[in-house]
Amino acid sequence: MTAVLRMPAPARANLPGHRVVLGTEHELRLDCGIEFGPFALAYQTYGTLNAQRSNAVLVCHALTGDQFVAEEHPVTGKPGWWSTMVGPGRPLDTERYYIICANVLGGCMGTAGPMETNPATGKPYGLDFPVITVADMVRSQKMLIDHLGIERLFCVTGGSMGGMQALQWAAMYPEHVFAAVPIASAARHSAQNIAFHEVGRQAIVADPDWCGGDYLSQGKRPQRGLAVARMAAHITYLSEAALHRKFGRSLQDRQKVTYGFDADFQVESYLRYQGSTFVDRFDANSYLYITRAMDYFDLAAEHGGVLSRAFTGTKVRFCLVSFTSDWLFPTRESREIVHALNAAMANVSFVEIETDKGHDAFLLDEPELDKVLKGFLAGCAEHAGLDR
Amino acid sequence: MPLDRPDLATQAPMRVDLQVIADMIQPGSRVLDIGCGDGALLEYLVHFKQVDGRGIELSQAGVNACVSHGLPVIQGDADTDLKDYPSDAFDYAVLSQTLQATRDPRRVLQQLVRIGKRAIVSFPNFGCWKVRLHLSRHGRMPVTAALPEKWYNTPNIHLCTILDFVELCQEIGIYIERGIAFAAGGKSWPIRSKRAANLMSEQGLFLLRRR
Repeated sequence: MTAVLRMPAPARANLPGHRVVLGTEHELRLDCGIEFGPFALAYQTYGTLNAQRSNAVLVCHALTGDQFVAEEHPVTGKPGWWSTMVGPGRPLDTERYYIICANVLGGCMGTAGPMETNPATGKPYGLDFPVITVADMVRSQKMLIDHLGIERLFCVTGGSMGGMQALQWAAMYPEHVFAAVPIASAARHSAQNIAFHEVGRQAIVADPDWCGGDYLSQGKRPQRGLAVARMAAHITYLSEAALHRKFGRSLQDRQKVTYGFDADFQVESYLRYQGSTFVDRFDANSYLYITRAMDYFDLAAEHGGVLSRAFTGTKVRFCLVSFTSDWLFPTRESREIVHALNAAMANVSFVEIETDKGHDAFLLDEPELDKVLKGFLAGCAEHAGLDR
Repeated sequence: MPLDRPDLATQAPMRVDLQVIADMIQPGSRVLDIGCGDGALLEYLVHFKQVDGRGIELSQAGVNACVSHGLPVIQGDADTDLKDYPSDAFDYAVLSQTLQATRDPRRVLQQLVRIGKRAIVSFPNFGCWKVRLHLSRHGRMPVTAALPEKWYNTPNIHLCTILDFVELCQEIGIYIERGIAFAAGGKSWPIRSKRAANLMSEQGLFLLRRR
């Protein structure tokens, strides 16, 4: 493979934003049974918390996202992953709302994760890091919200795994959430999605530089494995139509095929580039842990297999959004949540947006998504009595 | 709490049958509007009657318009999306000008009176004299103001007359509390004689509950 860079582990010491140590008094009880803490949580904020502390919006990031929602990314230099959505005058208006986004537990941008130093050994955790779940991520975020003195979040939102967290928040802390907006998400990870994740994980562990998970201590990084994992996953974020529209069968910098295994096609070159840039900013073990957390997500299972019981009597206002060409988190999955919320007599809006951009549509400029979110939040702000 | 819609006060008056429906609904009640379109009735009810209103709409454009205006509306349809709601979930389940476009109107009616303590249903009356005259004079499928589409592109797959509707309600144990007939131009009157209403009205509107 070309262009896989040999770079040192990304420096995490001087990241912008905030970093707080939580769980100093009470440890975080993880689903796996471990009492975890104290632990660090890195987060970023935009806008100003009002005097009533009532305008906080928690943005939850997806599998490979991080807390740098709406600013230049400190490692890649690219715009924040949701800068289309978060900012002055945007749907998540920083002149009106106080936006919080924390790097998830198990992540690699300053929050406790397998890359961080294990206080017990003085070495990076590696596979000694406990297996975490989406609910654990949400518990850690609740500790952050408590730390910030916020009693109730005006809104919790996110796409994909971020949507799972939004659902988990609404189910676990309904009194502390006014509105929840899960986008392109599901109440459980499907067999097909677990299968894709397993392909990615196997690519990582098959890389000799993974060293049984201990690569950081040995001065290595499984970049080839991680890049392949990213390439496979990236296909699932797009759609057949979008791939065809972007690349078709076009060749990369050549007039005809080379009868070899170089990247003849543009789509190959594109995927290789996606893989190679990803390894600069992401940790392979984090990828294992976070994909696992998504695989384990099954909100109904915690409630006797009946999803509506997760929302019995809820006062949370929901807005679900799906995209027509998303085959990773298809509309069907959102509709199942809507049906459960109807059975719980919850206040729910649900919009399916027509697009050929696949799962990634939630990250891209989708005017219809902007309009829906803006309108939904404006309605919620009225009901919540949020001052302009 | 009213929604922030400065255009609401100045906008065109609602469709006349929607206004009659709105007048039937008690302030502060829970309402499900099935086939809510662009949300005109729902918005009126939320704004002027302080109802806790929800909507279901088939068309993506309609849903997006509603949600963009802060109305809690889901994309779905009467045939598939009513079964999830618990019984008596709403004070009123409203189905205006949609029954004739459902796949299983009988089942839909049963669901309406299950999830709503009352149901409000309106539909075009195929027994209207204009329809009868059109068919008898021309021998062709009637096209009228209330039924503007041709036979091949109409969404109305289960048309009925007022008498047909009343008979079905009796058959499946639905009690008709009130009936209102509409003539062309919006003139309406309470139905006393079903036969007269069946002949004279372009639309029928009924307030229903289960026995």
